[in-house]
Amino acid sequence: MEQPNLSYINQLSGNDKAFKDKLIGVVKREFPEEKAIYVKNISANNYKEAAENVHKLKHKISILGLEKSYAVADDYENNLLEQNTSGKAEFDAILQAITDYLTTI
Amino acid sequence: MNCIIIDDEAMARTIITQLCTHIPSLNLLEEFPNAMQAIKYLNQNEVDLIFLDIHMPDFTGFDFIQTLKNPPKIILTTSDPKFAIEAFEYECIVDYLVKPLLLPRFEKAIQKAEAFGIKRKPAKKVTVEKKESSSGNDLYVNIDRRLIKIDIPSIYLVEAKGDYIQVKTEDKNYTVHSTLKKIADKLPNDLFLKVHRSYIINVQKIIDIEDNSVLIKKDVIPVSRSNRPELMKRLNLL
Repeated sequence: MEQPNLSYINQLSGNDKAFKDKLIGVVKREFPEEKAIYVKNISANNYKEAAENVHKLKHKISILGLEKSYAVADDYENNLLEQNTSGKAEFDAILQAITDYLTTI
Repeated sequence: MNCIIIDDEAMARTIITQLCTHIPSLNLLEEFPNAMQAIKYLNQNEVDLIFLDIHMPDFTGFDFIQTLKNPPKIILTTSDPKFAIEAFEYECIVDYLVKPLLLPRFEKAIQKAEAFGIKRKPAKKVTVEKKESSSGNDLYVNIDRRLIKIDIPSIYLVEAKGDYIQVKTEDKNYTVHSTLKKIADKLPNDLFLKVHRSYIINVQKIIDIEDNSVLIKKDVIPVSRSNRPELMKRLNLL
């Protein structure tokens, strides 16, 4: 499975370590909050709201260099908008991979 | 250029803030997690350029643009490329950036904004246009060949019902053979607002607003998506 990385964040930060640390800090704080809201909505079968949550999480996925995962999330978002949960397992695996990765940086 | 950021995602605001530091001509004034806070700010400050997210809860980027009478230039920042065609229907939208953002593309967007000739043109205050009432404080309706006088401020709701409209007042309801458009032309714009294709409400009689509906007296009235921005403009929001 594709693994999260800091290539985009490094590219954006250049030599600005303070900014890099700040951005990582924001991601570490915001990602678990967004994930928790998604889990709550998908558990309650609130597909439209869950699709909006996935939409927002897609940005985090792209920031962490997960290009293929982004496409998976995009398809899943569209499925949710049609009340279809196809792709949920793959998307949940992406969220778990990010969760694990964020504990290492 | 004086600019602000509107994005519900802290990470996105952090990134745009950083990108702005690379452009000497940009003066970042403020950042906002939602459009409502930005509207209040725009009422009191001059802004040349807005970095605006489309997907935000309650009030989307497009809803926000529709509330501005004379919007400054806007650069949309979104994860969603599918709104690009709709975006360029708005004259004020200079560019459409798909996240994740990188400096070269960001610089190009700023160049476009500068080429659009921004010279610190202020965002106009969000105000409600007043239209003179065509008939003073009274409205006469024809019911069973009688012309009945209705005190306009007492009307709280007008509902379209086929070939008829129902005019609801504090004291009485009237069913009149007319159209919503005809009565809309007779009602003062500062008091009444069409919130749905079938409803005109007296905004002073609103009790509360929840999601896409307003409670007015005991009636729950739907608010259509296209009319919601105008309704929000009318509110004295804290």
